[in-house]
Amino acid sequence: MRFRSIGIHSLPVLRWQAFALPLRYSLRNLWVRKLTTLLTAGGMALVVFVFAAVLMLDEGLRKTLVDTGSEDNVVVTRRASGTEVQSAIERASAALVESLPQVALGDAGVRQLSKEVVVLISLNKRQVGTAPGKPSNVIIRGLTPQAQALSLRPQVRIAAGRMFRPGRHEIVVGQAIARGFTQTGLGESLRFAGVDWQVVGIIDAANSGFDSEIWGDVDQLMQAFRRPVYSSLIFRLNDANEFSAVQAAIENDPRLTLEVKREKQFYADQSAALSTFIRILGLSLSLIFSVGAVIGATITMYASVASRTGEIGTLRALGFRRSSILFSFLTESLFLSLLGVVLGLAAASLMQNLRFSTMNWQSFAELAFGFNLNVSIIVTSLLFGLTMGLLGGFFPALRAARLSIVEALRAA
Amino acid sequence: MLFALIFRNPLRHPLRSLLTVAGLTVAVLAFGLLSTVVEAWYSGAEGASNARLIVRNSISLVFPLPLSYRQKIRQIEGVKAITTANWFGGVYKEPKNFFPQFAVDVSNYLDLYPEFVVSEAERKAFVQDRKGALVGRKLAATYGFKVGDTVTLKGTIFPGQWDFVVRGIYSGRDAKTDLSQMLFHWDYLNETMKVRVPRRANQVGVYVVEVADPAQAAQLSLDIDAAFKNSRAETLTETEKAFQLGFVSMTEAIVVAIRLVSYLVILIILAVMANTMAMAVRERSAEYATLKALGFGPRFISLLIFGESLSIAAVGGVLGMALTFPAASAFAEAMGTLFKVFAVSSSTLFWQALCALAVGFVAALFPAWQATRVNIVSGLRKLV
Repeated sequence: MRFRSIGIHSLPVLRWQAFALPLRYSLRNLWVRKLTTLLTAGGMALVVFVFAAVLMLDEGLRKTLVDTGSEDNVVVTRRASGTEVQSAIERASAALVESLPQVALGDAGVRQLSKEVVVLISLNKRQVGTAPGKPSNVIIRGLTPQAQALSLRPQVRIAAGRMFRPGRHEIVVGQAIARGFTQTGLGESLRFAGVDWQVVGIIDAANSGFDSEIWGDVDQLMQAFRRPVYSSLIFRLNDANEFSAVQAAIENDPRLTLEVKREKQFYADQSAALSTFIRILGLSLSLIFSVGAVIGATITMYASVASRTGEIGTLRALGFRRSSILFSFLTESLFLSLLGVVLGLAAASLMQNLRFSTMNWQSFAELAFGFNLNVSIIVTSLLFGLTMGLLGGFFPALRAARLSIVEALRAA
Repeated sequence: MLFALIFRNPLRHPLRSLLTVAGLTVAVLAFGLLSTVVEAWYSGAEGASNARLIVRNSISLVFPLPLSYRQKIRQIEGVKAITTANWFGGVYKEPKNFFPQFAVDVSNYLDLYPEFVVSEAERKAFVQDRKGALVGRKLAATYGFKVGDTVTLKGTIFPGQWDFVVRGIYSGRDAKTDLSQMLFHWDYLNETMKVRVPRRANQVGVYVVEVADPAQAAQLSLDIDAAFKNSRAETLTETEKAFQLGFVSMTEAIVVAIRLVSYLVILIILAVMANTMAMAVRERSAEYATLKALGFGPRFISLLIFGESLSIAAVGGVLGMALTFPAASAFAEAMGTLFKVFAVSSSTLFWQALCALAVGFVAALFPAWQATRVNIVSGLRKLV
């Protein structure tokens, strides 16, 4: 308790209890001025809400794309292409990669490698109200059915219907797509690339990026799109530690101009631009807004000090120290901000039920993701809110502590 | 008397009034910046023309169209001119240095885009050099490109390293022109692809069609699409404006979020402002009782409160609006070429002013109602 710089300890402290003002004093002060307390806390709650919602959205995006990748899977694309859509891998190159010893073997000796083609098609969103559905880009992924496409992606399961059969014009649709776009429901048929495709299943990919994709047989899709090359290769490693060996083998092979990434890293890179945008915009906004909320808290606390000048004088005369007064007012301000944090976080936690769907700039395709609340966001928001309270309350508390006893009592 | 009180009252608590004004300034500034961001989002579509059609592959933009379509489209009734453009998607040094690059038919692309203003000498130099490039003034300023510089891009869609020589810098005919593009020879792209990946040569990203009569644009779009129905590459034709709006609508969720947040900031400041007024009224209830005892009606008292609230809001609003200009230009500086146009519009200023006044008005509503109900006797009792 070193606040000697604030003033001289004029009166001896009689009992220990007299040293600190009870917490109840601060709490009841807030209760007395309900409207002001509510307005100030409400302002802070809105700031905390924006702050937490931004962090939750960023976390949701990260989680969606990180969950899409798996640690022992490897993605191979053309060098410097960045995304699967821009990538191209010749059949001969694909065969070279497939024969590498590090590629895991599954049941019946089938290589756990999927040669995939990824293209974008433009689909119309489902009509909301009377506004006509607007077109957006959707990822269509052709997979190698023999490679047990699903075993490479354990998070994906069939939610309704069945998997597409090789050699047929059948597709399965991610649940976010089935919800958001026309002609993508189970049993419906979707026309693109001059062919009618039957929707035979809906996949549930546990809110990962695959929920925003449409899957079909790679050979059928390549034929329909008249694309002679694959987009990417995905395979499972025999052993997760062999990644650097397989990376060296592929990237040093003069016949191949390919790039190798762990699947997790690959998808994390896909989210970089959107995530940076959300975070920078959101955090700079919360920072600007917090200035408003801090000002609100300062005004409230100054008013609180001003209306209690006499009371403060009495307390000082009773022997409470300047530091006790300072702490009492700071506590009041902190309680105020705590109320704001609780309200703001409560509102933000309701956002968890919402899904956010937008175009990911890196893949140029629609991606659905949610708001994810976790402990670290709660703690960060709490610290953010309390800092606002501390900043807003500090100068008013200082003024209260500096009041001279005589003048304060005269004001009463 | 009324105005004297309105102007004196805020000065009784100079610190509180100052803080409230500061809060309002910040909020009005944030609101202005946000709506400028939203407008910048739509700026690509703003500058787009209704007299130009974009013909692309109907599957999606990533699929090209054959070169042979050029002649077929040219022959369709109502087409005045046609040119080509390919989205290049190259990376300059680092992926974060994003700016649009198009491989265009240099023989007539600039004729279809009269808004790109370039001197005759530079245009000639650009057309004559196969590796020549034309860059926008804003782009040139961002990365320091000068005429004669060599710019190397790493292709993401078209593999390999690509060297270009800046032959000219274009400026815009009006404020809506996109000055962050780089244009270069489609022939250079095509000849190189013939060597590197022959399968992908002789392909065009989009055709840009100039319409003889803009009123016929819708019909012409249908005619063009009908000409390629059931072909290997069906087309989708729309006006340039609709094409650009298509991109905006894909990221609409973000725009909606920004809009929502910009209303939130108004709510936050409304809470602060209402608080200030509520406190002022609570402190002065004895005064209002005195005024009433002197014979002033409730109308006078509520005018007093509304006047004080509105004048604080007006000062904060004007300060916020004035600060929006330097803040927007600093923001545009930091964002580089991400936004094509970033300027504070008059409608933004209008909404800022309206919001500030609305906050001033709403904040005074409840306190004014409370003050008019002050009972003279109980109000005066506080005095003693």
